[in-house]
Amino acid sequence: MNRLHSPALYRGMTQPRTRRDVFRLAGLSAAGLALAACGVQGQKAAPPKADAVADYWAGQKKNGKVVFANWPEYMPEDHGPLKKFQQETGISYEYKEVINENTEFFGKADPVLRAGQPLGYDIVVMTNGIQLQHMFELGYAVTLDQSKMTNFQANAAEAYKNRAYDPGNKYTMPFASGFTGIAYNTKYVKDDITSIQAMFDAKYEGRVGMMADAQEIANFGMIALGVDPEKSTEDDWKKAGEKLQAQRDAGIVRKYYNQDYIDALSRGDIWVSMAWSGDVFQRQLAGEPVKFLIPEEGGTIWTDNMLIPKGAANPVDAMMLMDFLYKPEIAAELDEFIQFVTPVPAVQELLREKAASASGDDKKALLDMAESPLMFPTEADYAKLHSYTPLTTAQEQVFNPIFQSVTQA
Amino acid sequence: MRRLTPYLLALPSWMWLAIFLVVPLAAMASVSLQTGNVIDGFVMTFSFGNYGDALGTYSTQLVRSLGYGATATAAMLVIGYPVAYWIAFKGGSRKSVYLFLLLLPFFVSFVLRTISWGFLLADDGIVLGTLKSWGVLSADFHVLATSFAVIAGLTYNWLPFMILPIYVSLERVDPRLVEAAQDLYATRGTAFRKVVLPLSLPGVFAGVLMTFVPATADPVNAQVLGGTGNTMIGNIIQTEYLVNNDYPTASALSFTLMAVLLVGIFVYARVLGTENVLEAAAR
Repeated sequence: MNRLHSPALYRGMTQPRTRRDVFRLAGLSAAGLALAACGVQGQKAAPPKADAVADYWAGQKKNGKVVFANWPEYMPEDHGPLKKFQQETGISYEYKEVINENTEFFGKADPVLRAGQPLGYDIVVMTNGIQLQHMFELGYAVTLDQSKMTNFQANAAEAYKNRAYDPGNKYTMPFASGFTGIAYNTKYVKDDITSIQAMFDAKYEGRVGMMADAQEIANFGMIALGVDPEKSTEDDWKKAGEKLQAQRDAGIVRKYYNQDYIDALSRGDIWVSMAWSGDVFQRQLAGEPVKFLIPEEGGTIWTDNMLIPKGAANPVDAMMLMDFLYKPEIAAELDEFIQFVTPVPAVQELLREKAASASGDDKKALLDMAESPLMFPTEADYAKLHSYTPLTTAQEQVFNPIFQSVTQA
Repeated sequence: MRRLTPYLLALPSWMWLAIFLVVPLAAMASVSLQTGNVIDGFVMTFSFGNYGDALGTYSTQLVRSLGYGATATAAMLVIGYPVAYWIAFKGGSRKSVYLFLLLLPFFVSFVLRTISWGFLLADDGIVLGTLKSWGVLSADFHVLATSFAVIAGLTYNWLPFMILPIYVSLERVDPRLVEAAQDLYATRGTAFRKVVLPLSLPGVFAGVLMTFVPATADPVNAQVLGGTGNTMIGNIIQTEYLVNNDYPTASALSFTLMAVLLVGIFVYARVLGTENVLEAAAR
């Protein structure tokens, strides 16, 4: 270690370079520049023509295997639904829990797909939002074969067939939905919170957690102002930005959180927070004093979607698996574990039937699920749920700075 | 052939530097001057305005990062120097044990350690909760989500990188020099000031270098321990790359940060007159 601290080293580090050194360095850099100057190529893809899609699918056949990339805790541990798929079709599966964040996943997938290489997955799951939109626009999503969606057509709820971000299910089939609402810690908050205005109440100064994600926080700002995010304009974004800025300047917000909000909430650093429904559900099961609600003014509904990435090796097998998950008994088995909103409404009745024949704790748990508005929202619940603001790339460059200047000041 | 051998032996490391340092840096420099978006692609337009825009928008965070980095480095120096001194002169035969203990936390991932600080310092956690129940602190007092928490986290995470170089330079100080100073009627304080301290300055220089740069660029502490007004430049760069996919702004910010740090270091080296100190140490 002594040698590391030799005087010669310090002299070398601190003495100015000679001119010759500088020229040499410059030469090397120039070579690098020449390499890099070609830049990052754009790939904006025109929507595929109908016969091109037909041709693509005509050229594909069943290969007997499929690779499914999903988020953690999104499949029963025994892989029940996937095992049944294997038994019924003879297609073997590989299931990988490799997606943790849409931004990060897109950031990693983009260079690979841009270079025209396969991701190595036949199905990936992404939330509706900016990154999913990018997948469509860059031609990274395979256009689905509508003729192989029989279970989907028969069993999916209407609301999941025609979503604003993917009309006609051209590229995606929903995996599950969830909500962004408010969670609070009942150890510290004794009132029943019902309104989104609680997030702006000086009573909870320094005890409110907001999310760092631009689309999530934008929705809360707009809902608090009575604006429907799906129909919002640039003017609405600015007003929402001002409302959130005022909330921050008043010292109400403790911090802008990522996934770590749920720990802060359960240990009492924050008392009221924006929250994702499934997280709160899991904490409740663990016996923690947290409560989730969708504010009376409205909340956000998001959907995680299955899609086939460009270059997938087994698209036919992928289509079969995605459609298989829409069989009511399979969807029920899946939802009993993940406890989010299933796109298959028949699951509710199946859970009730299962509860009727079960006993003891199982019966209670199944009944709770079947009657939970967080798993089976009613029409009235859906009416107050909003989706994210649909954004073009140009709009995104206006939208993001408005909200990031609040969360990242 | 024999004359070429040293060059050939050095070739792999030069190639390594060229491929993994110079090329990415050049690519980053190039991207920082491009315009476009992730959908249409980015094209080279030599838009130096990217730098102005990025700096105009994020100067607060840049200045804040430099401030946090400098404060944390100063704190590390104040805490670390006595520790290094103690291990070097009073450690006796157990020196290596102490050094090992110092490095022990590094067997746990850096992010995990920072997150566990979040649990330790929680408002009703082990430390603050106890003090609050004794009535020492008011119920509203909190450490997390303040600049203090971020700076303390930075200080904790890089402290060993300050202590080790100082220890190494102190370890090389010949105790007989101190004795000689005392023979010449220097008090213990004077002997430290005139003999030990100057001889340890190279270690201090290296320690500051090894801690100030990573502490200034770090995004993790601000994200885990900070609050609404503690965003550092590292967080901004991360967001620009991964969330906004605005590669030119991210590259411009990275370059600006690098340039500011390099200039700062050269100025620091000049002001401290390190070379003289080094030459003195070498004799």
